[in-house]
Amino acid sequence: MIELQNVCRTFTVGDQQVAALRDIDLRLDAGEYISIMGPSGSGKSTMLNMLGLLDRPSSGTYLLDGGNVTELNDEQQARVRREKIGFVFQSFHLVPRLTAAQNVELPMILAGIPAEERNARVRVLMQNYGLSDRADHKPDQLSGGQRQRVAIARATVMNPTVLLADEPTGNLDRNTGWEVLKLLEGLLEQGITLVLVTHDAEIGARAHRCIHMLDGRIISDERQEK
Amino acid sequence: MYLRDLITLTSSSFLTYRMRSFLTGLGIAIGIAAVILLTSIGEGLHQFMLAEFSQFGTNIISVQPGKTQTQGGNVGIFGSVRQVTLEDADALRRLPYVQYVIPGLVGNAEVRFEGRTRRTMVLGEGRDFSKAFTMKVQSGGFWTDADDEQARAQVVIGAKIQQELYGSRSPLGTYLRIGGQRYRVVGVMESKGQILGMDMDDTVFIPAARAMELFNRSGLMEVNVSYRADVPADTMIRLIKERMIERHGREDFTIISQEQALEVLSSVLDILTFAVGALGGISLLVGAVGILTIMTMAVTERTAEIGLLRALGAREKQVLVLFLSEAMFLSALGGLLGLLLGVGIAQGLHLLFPALPVHTPWLYAVLAELTAITIGLAAGVAPAMRAARLDPVEALHAE
Repeated sequence: MIELQNVCRTFTVGDQQVAALRDIDLRLDAGEYISIMGPSGSGKSTMLNMLGLLDRPSSGTYLLDGGNVTELNDEQQARVRREKIGFVFQSFHLVPRLTAAQNVELPMILAGIPAEERNARVRVLMQNYGLSDRADHKPDQLSGGQRQRVAIARATVMNPTVLLADEPTGNLDRNTGWEVLKLLEGLLEQGITLVLVTHDAEIGARAHRCIHMLDGRIISDERQEK
Repeated sequence: MYLRDLITLTSSSFLTYRMRSFLTGLGIAIGIAAVILLTSIGEGLHQFMLAEFSQFGTNIISVQPGKTQTQGGNVGIFGSVRQVTLEDADALRRLPYVQYVIPGLVGNAEVRFEGRTRRTMVLGEGRDFSKAFTMKVQSGGFWTDADDEQARAQVVIGAKIQQELYGSRSPLGTYLRIGGQRYRVVGVMESKGQILGMDMDDTVFIPAARAMELFNRSGLMEVNVSYRADVPADTMIRLIKERMIERHGREDFTIISQEQALEVLSSVLDILTFAVGALGGISLLVGAVGILTIMTMAVTERTAEIGLLRALGAREKQVLVLFLSEAMFLSALGGLLGLLLGVGIAQGLHLLFPALPVHTPWLYAVLAELTAITIGLAAGVAPAMRAARLDPVEALHAE
């Protein structure tokens, strides 16, 4: 359902061309649990941004659900992001002015979903993630784990098909990190495709499919039965 | 995105940076307050002058003997030029569009009733006086004698004369002595108060022909012509001038139109209002720079948030609208504050100095608010465009 064909991404730094992704061919099936690992600068973040349509390939094609999304304009790409893709970041990226519930509501506000439906969906999610009594708290009144759970609720509130997580446990202590990870893995039961970018080999090894990157290339792609 | 959500999002950032937003809005508020305050006073003065002038009714043109080139005193009244007479008044009455023609002259005389005397102003007027000038008769009415020349000795007395000479008695039908002659009282005027320093209640009105006899004069001091409201003053002035030259052979008279006097007054006040508006405009410009500054800061500070919004599926246009509406929200609130300040200070001044007339036209208030919003919009465009065009990936990693 996700297919990258010959995807390259080069950046211009000064007068030099730096390749962040080189000839990437990758196919991800629906419901897969994939981890992407590699040292800093290996291109794993660029890969994630590419998959999330935040970045455009310099060359090559990106097919999502059979459609070529490389050629979409800003508005169409925004729509795909809104409806099919969820992001979870290392630094949570909650809007500090808004309450936990409002942060979860944000994607639905942008999508123009009516208030009643939004409230209903937010209530269910907050309950599922054990955040019901934190709904009216601002992010700075929440612990790191709670913040990341709010962020995950926000990423899943539009029922995306792909969840892209960039070091989701990077800013959390070990225990909280594991809890967050369990929460993300629980989403697999709903059929979501989970893509996890991480430094941590122990976390990366939990995925059903481990991809290692180096210098903008995929150097290994291993499936493991669990 | 719904408008309500836009307002919630916009006001959330406003509430987060309360002090900063308040100070930015204050720039606009001061500008708007200055414009509103000064135009309120200007408009108040304007209306005051207009009311003073038009107390006598509008659409009146006055013809006076003697040609004056300047606004100085009219020596023609006592000079040797040809008089303006009751015949002239009759001739003017036959012009098209004319409603009433009131011959007039003024003098002082002693009036007496049953041993009480009072020195007062005597106005020689025409029978349609109360219709042409907006002055109401309280009881009785003006004489109805059709021929001005032959009008009998009748008098309409002012409210003060009735009070002083008659007390609670009804003066109608009694005989009042004016300068030694007997005049039958046919009407009493409603109290009017002072107009441009003249006490209109300490006055008696008698037919112009009788006043000419009383003051031993052969001409009138003026003839007032009231004409239909839909006729331009210029047309009427031309008609009157032609008729008078036809009768007198040359232009030995002066035509004064209320409308012209008001126009001069208005244009002076308009220039004042414009100057005030320009001053306010400068402070609004300063306010706009404030908004530009604060929005530029906001975009820089919230770059990561913009990246997040894009990742959550916001279109470039939505980001643009969000920041534009923040700028507009700031300036609209500033404008509203300025309106309240301006009107408040104007009304406060009016309470302190009741003689100072103030009036805030609604149109100005609405225009001022619209101006404030437009300024916010204009000042917000550049920062909002910058926000919308940020690269999502770079924006997300800005901390």
